Amino acid sequence: MKLYDIAHSRTGDKGNTSTISLIPYRAEDFALIKKYVTEDSVTKWFQKLGAINVTRYEFHKVPALNFVIENALGGGVTHSLNIDRHGKSYSSALLEMTIPDK
Amino acid sequence: MKKIRIGSGAGYADDRIEPAIDLINRGNLDYIGFECLAERTIAIAQNQKQADPTKGYNDLLEYRFSKILPAIKAHPTKVITNMGAANPQAATAKVVEMAQKAGLSHLKVATVTGDDVTHKISQFGQQPMMENHQALSTLNRHVISANAYLGAQPIVEALDQGADIVITGRVADPSLFIAPLVHEFGWSFEDYDKLGKGTLLGHLLECAGQVSGGYFADPGYKDVDNLWELGFPYADVQADGDIVLHKLPNTGGLLNEDTVKEQLIYEIQDPTKYYTPDVVADFSNVEVHAVTSGIHVSGATGTAKTKKLKVSVGYEDGYITEGGINYGGHNAFNKAKLANEIVQKRLELLKIPVDAFQADYIGVDSLYHGVLPAPAQISEVRARIAARTSTAAAAHEIVREGKSLYTNGPSAGGGVRTITQKIVAIASITIPEDETQPQINYTEVN
Repeated sequence: MKLYDIAHSRTGDKGNTSTISLIPYRAEDFALIKKYVTEDSVTKWFQKLGAINVTRYEFHKVPALNFVIENALGGGVTHSLNIDRHGKSYSSALLEMTIPDK
Repeated sequence: MKKIRIGSGAGYADDRIEPAIDLINRGNLDYIGFECLAERTIAIAQNQKQADPTKGYNDLLEYRFSKILPAIKAHPTKVITNMGAANPQAATAKVVEMAQKAGLSHLKVATVTGDDVTHKISQFGQQPMMENHQALSTLNRHVISANAYLGAQPIVEALDQGADIVITGRVADPSLFIAPLVHEFGWSFEDYDKLGKGTLLGHLLECAGQVSGGYFADPGYKDVDNLWELGFPYADVQADGDIVLHKLPNTGGLLNEDTVKEQLIYEIQDPTKYYTPDVVADFSNVEVHAVTSGIHVSGATGTAKTKKLKVSVGYEDGYITEGGINYGGHNAFNKAKLANEIVQKRLELLKIPVDAFQADYIGVDSLYHGVLPAPAQISEVRARIAARTSTAAAAHEIVREGKSLYTNGPSAGGGVRTITQKIVAIASITIPEDETQPQINYTEVN
């Protein structure tokens, strides 16, 4: 299944680093998301954007992950030649990832 | 337990004003904060100030206050804003003049300055830049401005002295919202857990509509009603730092656990270490629960601040030129590729000095550069080029080459638009907090 079926997401930016949240609609899907949406799988997923040093942070009381992705913004908002300089649309790309349903 | 009510009036420099006025009129607010100062905005404002000493504050300040002043006259609400940008004194002069004309009286306007460290930035040449870890002195560009992110303390002092409107330059966004809490509840600046909770409030409110249904809708998955009438959020905050977020009835948008979760995580990195000039906040144990009246948010904590302030150094960084042209129907994608190739070849033939060049296809790969597959059927596409140049002349040549695709390019191309922007870039360093001396001045409208 696609992540957009079970989770939502929002992108932020700081310099040349993109931050992308991943929040399951239902708490019971959190374990599955944690199993398959890892630092490695997200690095591979965003490879073509130049993503490196992906760190995954977890929240304890809210089922949610935060991915901090370096080097993904074409040099940062003031330097980038991309049409979407902030990477606002990256959340939609993450939600296109397919994961097994168990 | 004592409670105060704080509204969010703006989430960025050019935000709508109607939701803020609606909050003042109908929200029974004690305070409203307007966060209007993005990282680069202050450097651009500094340029405006150099051209005209009476300018250099937020472009919409007069427009906003023409609506805010009558509203707070009818519904007394204290206003805290960083709309002062590079020139809080000039912003104050303008607001005071407008308040007198609008017939307000017994109004005390406070101006917070001291964030501008442009005059001493050369002292910090050895400081590493956060962007690339090299010394600031290696930048080798014309520096326009340097502004430190001040904390809540000078705003608290202004409120303690009875200010009704507080106008600042660069302060940390959450500090605009922590200040009324510290002032009203008598919190100590050593009570880091409380400051962590105040930082959470600021973090949730500083982007205004982004917590109440903006930047959220996904039709069929996350539906949001009437975004054209999006209501901005307000919060009831208790003396212990517990927060309940609300949105006014009969406004568009959506406030639920999911909208709050998205904003909780927005633009933070390590949730256990959210650095501000006031505190290092920890959001990792935050709880978000829907209650009858709104969304209850609790569980933020904090530890001692670093005593270092982030400084945004604005500098000139050449020009970025963008241009595009559309193709449709049979062979649209191949025509678009040919169009970009023509421009690129022309730049090479004319030896136009280009520091960086990028060719995209809007509708195919412009957002993700191939992370997602191209559509199977491309019936229309926009060829786009973007280039960085050091001189305006080179930027102008690129624009000319883009425009010449009408008569000299592939068949049936339409919709050429070009834009050239002078780039103000930002480098960030930290300096010890005692390198700044915040000052507060008061002007009374009698």
